[in-house]
Amino acid sequence: MPDANSLYGPLDPAPDAGWVEAGPRVGFFTDTSVCIGCKACEVACKEWNDVPASGFDLLGMSYDNTGALTANSWRHVAFIEQPRPAGHRTPPFDGNPTGAAVSPATAAVAAGVGNDTGTDPGVPPGEPRAAARMAAGPEFLGLPGAQPPGRGTGAESRTDFRWLMMSDVCKHCTHAACLDVCPTGSLFRTEFGTVVVQEDICNGCGYCISACPYGVIDQRKGDGRAWKCTLCYDRLGAGMTPACAQACPTESIQFGPLDELRERAAQRVTTLHERGVPEARLYGHDPTDGVGGDGAFFLLLDEPEVFGLPPDPLVTTRDLPKMWKRAGLAALAMAAAAVAAFVGGSS
Amino acid sequence: MAEAHPVGFQWVMEAKKRGAKVFHVDPRFTRTSALADTYLPIRAGTDIALLGGVVRYILDNELDFREYVLAYTNAATIVSEQFADTEDLDGLFSGYNPETGSYDQTSWQYEGHGNHTRARGTGKERETAAGLEHESHGAPVAAETHRDETLRHPRCVYQILKRHFARYTPEMVERVCGIPQEKFLELARAWTENSGRERTGVLVYSVGWTQHSVGVQYIRTGAIIQTLLGNIGRPGGGILALRGHASIQGSTDIPTLFNLLPGYLPMPHHAEHPTFARWVDSIRHPGQKGFWGNSRAFAVSLLKAYWGDAATPENDFCYGYLPRMTGDHGTYQQVLNMIDGHVKGYFLLGQNPAVGSAHGKAQRLGMANLDWLVVRDLFMIESATFWKNSPEIATGEIVPEECRTEVFFLPAASHVEKEGTFTQTQRLLQWREKALDPPGDCRSELWFFYHLGRVLREKLAASTKPRDRALLDLAWDYPTHGEYAEPSAEAVLKEINGYEVATGRPLGGFAEAKDDGSTAIGCWIYSGVYADGVNQAARRKPGHEQSWVAPEWGWAWPANRRTLYNRASADPQGRPWSERKKYVWWDAEKGEWTGYDVPDFEKTKPPTFRPADDASGPEALAGDDPFVMQGDGKAWLYAPRGVLDGPLPTHYEPAESPMRNPMYGQQANPTRKVYDHPVNRMNPSPPEEHSDVFPYVFTVSRLTEHHTAGGMSRTVRPLAELQPEMFVEVSPELAAQVGLAHLGWAHLVSGRAVIEARVLVTDRLTPLRVDGRVIHQLWLPYHFGTEGLVTGDSANDLFGITLDPNVLIQESKVGTCDVRPGRRPTGPALLDLVAEYQRRAGMTADRRVPIVTTDAAGGDAAGNTDERSAEAARDGGGDA
Amino acid sequence: MFRLGLRTFIEGWPVYRQLTGTDPLGRGAAAQSARSAGLTARTETADSMARSVCPYCAVGCGQRVFVSDGQVTQIEGDPDSPISRGRLCPKGSASKSLVTSPLRQTKVRYRRPYSTEWEDLELDVALDMIADRVLAARDETWEDVDDAGRPLNRTLGISSLGGATLDNEENYLIKKLFTAMGALQIENQARI
Repeated sequence: MPDANSLYGPLDPAPDAGWVEAGPRVGFFTDTSVCIGCKACEVACKEWNDVPASGFDLLGMSYDNTGALTANSWRHVAFIEQPRPAGHRTPPFDGNPTGAAVSPATAAVAAGVGNDTGTDPGVPPGEPRAAARMAAGPEFLGLPGAQPPGRGTGAESRTDFRWLMMSDVCKHCTHAACLDVCPTGSLFRTEFGTVVVQEDICNGCGYCISACPYGVIDQRKGDGRAWKCTLCYDRLGAGMTPACAQACPTESIQFGPLDELRERAAQRVTTLHERGVPEARLYGHDPTDGVGGDGAFFLLLDEPEVFGLPPDPLVTTRDLPKMWKRAGLAALAMAAAAVAAFVGGSS
Repeated sequence: MAEAHPVGFQWVMEAKKRGAKVFHVDPRFTRTSALADTYLPIRAGTDIALLGGVVRYILDNELDFREYVLAYTNAATIVSEQFADTEDLDGLFSGYNPETGSYDQTSWQYEGHGNHTRARGTGKERETAAGLEHESHGAPVAAETHRDETLRHPRCVYQILKRHFARYTPEMVERVCGIPQEKFLELARAWTENSGRERTGVLVYSVGWTQHSVGVQYIRTGAIIQTLLGNIGRPGGGILALRGHASIQGSTDIPTLFNLLPGYLPMPHHAEHPTFARWVDSIRHPGQKGFWGNSRAFAVSLLKAYWGDAATPENDFCYGYLPRMTGDHGTYQQVLNMIDGHVKGYFLLGQNPAVGSAHGKAQRLGMANLDWLVVRDLFMIESATFWKNSPEIATGEIVPEECRTEVFFLPAASHVEKEGTFTQTQRLLQWREKALDPPGDCRSELWFFYHLGRVLREKLAASTKPRDRALLDLAWDYPTHGEYAEPSAEAVLKEINGYEVATGRPLGGFAEAKDDGSTAIGCWIYSGVYADGVNQAARRKPGHEQSWVAPEWGWAWPANRRTLYNRASADPQGRPWSERKKYVWWDAEKGEWTGYDVPDFEKTKPPTFRPADDASGPEALAGDDPFVMQGDGKAWLYAPRGVLDGPLPTHYEPAESPMRNPMYGQQANPTRKVYDHPVNRMNPSPPEEHSDVFPYVFTVSRLTEHHTAGGMSRTVRPLAELQPEMFVEVSPELAAQVGLAHLGWAHLVSGRAVIEARVLVTDRLTPLRVDGRVIHQLWLPYHFGTEGLVTGDSANDLFGITLDPNVLIQESKVGTCDVRPGRRPTGPALLDLVAEYQRRAGMTADRRVPIVTTDAAGGDAAGNTDERSAEAARDGGGDA
Repeated sequence: MFRLGLRTFIEGWPVYRQLTGTDPLGRGAAAQSARSAGLTARTETADSMARSVCPYCAVGCGQRVFVSDGQVTQIEGDPDSPISRGRLCPKGSASKSLVTSPLRQTKVRYRRPYSTEWEDLELDVALDMIADRVLAARDETWEDVDDAGRPLNRTLGISSLGGATLDNEENYLIKKLFTAMGALQIENQARI
């Protein structure tokens, strides 16, 4: 029988999904404090999974020209330029004749740039104010383009600066709403505890798109099907490391049994706190959060919103059990009738 | 490093994890800066001032590793009393000759060496980039030196250094570089505190240092610091060049360079090397210490490898067949000669100078004025399509119907479609297995050149001309295999390694080289790569199954040694400086050197060994002379020879600078190589007038997502989409000043070209306060061109051609420009805009850029250069 | 479907599996498709694997090149390499796309003087034409001696640029041949 926490709360999802001899749940721990923004993960993923092109658009979001996770970009490296202290470092522009910070202003301009990624919804133009907040500098209140960026007071104010990079990916939630709403069984839980779209099953209905609390999943235009990170399901089957984690030069992306990763991540946070980086925190590691914890979780150096992540993700199918109570019996009856019809029809 | 060598950067991250402090100095805040502990923005082209500040900090506070410095460097060596420093001559050293723009180095010599060394100017050495010969060894100098072990003699190197760098104060660093004093001191403190017995510090650089008119001296300054701090020849130390191409180290060791033969043997010069004996003596310098003393054997063995049976002792091993240099035959001289119609044919082998070399227009105009051009590449690059798709087509400067250049495009085999070795950045040779055959007409260079040679020899078979003997006598019988008759790369590697002529037995190393013609060696420093008939470069014992030095992965020259001069990792008595930094040491019991690496020392020569007075070559090395390729066995803080622009580094402004040199009257490197050619007009710099026409400093470099001139990245979809467009990075302050909008367009103007780019306004760039003014710097990637999946204007088009005098590498990391909002004009209007700027800046056809700008020796106004510098030279007592 | 026995078909039907198996909600084992069940990494089934080195920068990262049916199907980092430990940057990671790029030229192209278009040319014809042009340029610009009668043995009529992306063995043959031709003007990226 399904676990009481099948749809909400702490859970080991693979056994719950019927994998009798499932090994330990695996996942990603992405430590953004050592990410160098090289995008090897994006490329290695595309090379292994034959992911199509996602467009040649200069987005102006610092060095991010991918824009977001889409059906054609299963890893996405975000770049955040902030006029803020970077933990233990000496302020980079201390003593230089700098004026007001530009980061919020450029983020706001960049937010107005769409990116034709060949996917739907893809990367539509964003909302300038939200984007400006992502840069997390002094609040940018003007409209983009209303004044030349950086037209400040002339005061020497911009001494602190940091450049955050973060490789985002499907979170492989413990409670994956995309999976729960998928009417075809295309999205399924693997024996590794990961969430995979089966390309031979998906019919492009798109229910998963609105169900995802992270906005990860979308459809490929022309093809219509939903595509996202599979955590390299085929490689896992062969005992290999997912392509992105294998390529990552600085071990920012670590792959392994989730329990081990969580332990390692906690230690890393402690180390960073000891080294004077109090802003280090984990995201998606907690089995009691709204999605039961993520199979791909992160060490961040700022609020999740800065990276475009929801602060409190909630599985959109949390209330499904209540619905089951009402609809469950009927559904079972229908299914049984269907089986009977097959058996009967063949005799 | 994170930008251009991300996988190498993993080791920096490892060090950081263990508590290492990472400092990053760069004109712009990069992905490396993002992970560094401290970032120092610097004005492009001022690194010598910064590093000189560190030298002064070390000397002033006596923070040098004194025991190391005394024993292993020339700090105690006494210099000729004729030597006059830049302190005395306002930025010039003694011996400057304004006629040739070069130095006579006689007055720079060690005390007592003046008589050994014939007085000579260095003009010829500059023309032939002779400095490159020193990539494997120091410049020649006699073994015997006068020393003052107390370091108090006013003319000992230590004191000279102190005096020379006295003005490189923290205040001066701030004034010149724009780096606040406190930040500079943070760097100096951390560097010195992390060097010594227990700790070592490392210096990593790339073409941000080499592509300057004073590039070699940048690296010299770094080497002085590392030597003073005892960071050479020790684990975790060193000064490391991160090279940018898969086998660029290999292409220097086995040089496709005009002035070198394999293993850094010089290409003969018509006047300097008229005979075989003179040539060999110029390499080995009888009387000096060290292993270079055996060079006659290396030279003979090379000629045997080239000309086989035809090379005999009677005919000087075919020395006469070698072509002779008469001066500068470097790539930039070649290009100007192409424009002037002197060059008929041009081969481009996996190289895209139309985008990657300085002054793109000169490159393309040169190509348009050839008889024929052969391009061998994977992709259709800009250098192959200059005749139909280039900026000059748009301006009408190249008209396809009038361009006579015949172009052959030959598709090349990729790295997986052929086998062979790359030499990576740490001298490590790694053999690549072939995965599959190349498609279609694609072939390796090995195939192309072997068969080209075969066809040439067939066509000349009946020739009786003396000039054809060198081709006909060439040893050119490599075995081939497969459908395409691919020559055997392994057979070539065996020849490179060297073999015994009589038996064909592969040599075990260069110690087996003979000077009687009984051995043939294609590249003596690579000897040992095929020892025991085994391809040592193909060794792949997994890293986790061996020591951290990993000696059984690939093969490093020389002798599979991973760290050079590693004898210096032990103290003079042969004991490790510390347990923590143990690497190579003397095992007294066994009577030999041992350790984690192949010791860079004669295996059984004890630390106590002292040579006989009349010894030379390796025998002259004492047991505590770790720098075994140097003429005196010592690391050189002061270079009495070999560096053409001075025995010590000096801050000069870049050839194009908006600033007057704050440190000396001498503005720029007085020995830099300049080309007065109508196509090559340099933007004016102070003290010339009109430098304000080009008020901004720009620099260029790589993006992680692209490679060099884009031929291997703009053509590759998953890379092209990550950085899809040409852009320019500007600070918010500059954007406001000029009126540039984020993601809008800007165009940049130099005295050569106008290019356009999308604007990225970013906090990662900052104005600098330099010598009381604010200097704005711009940054551009140089990857873009007109072909490929993503295209854009080429940043290198902005540069003119000025070269470092030692190695003839161009200054393409700093220049001056103007920047304006909006797109550039197109067609002839673009030429009008450049002409307008040239007119405003006084860049007339008859203008000569002043080279000497100091009146130190009593001259008058700036501009009258000859008389003043003649004075300077006379004061130095060494006019050539 | 017709080849499957009825029982097999029914047992393969997700709803049946869902109702009878360990996965009553039909989100895991029961939902696994035949394709998913049969998936394996293509590196496992490759015909061959060559151990190579990345062609981009000079760090010299180890690569493993997998080939199936005469095509490169994957290039990834070699975990054995003590230099790179299996890692690659975006460029190294894009190596498969580099060698299989549709933009790669695989045919000889020839541009006649004053022409506005490329044309085709056979490889052996091109090689022969180039050899003729080398000999002609050499003859036209040969210098035996300098003004003082000292030997020069050279031509300054031929130039070459490239080598930093090539193999040592290739550079060795290039230098050897050019030197024997008297063609002094060879250069590569190391000068730049």
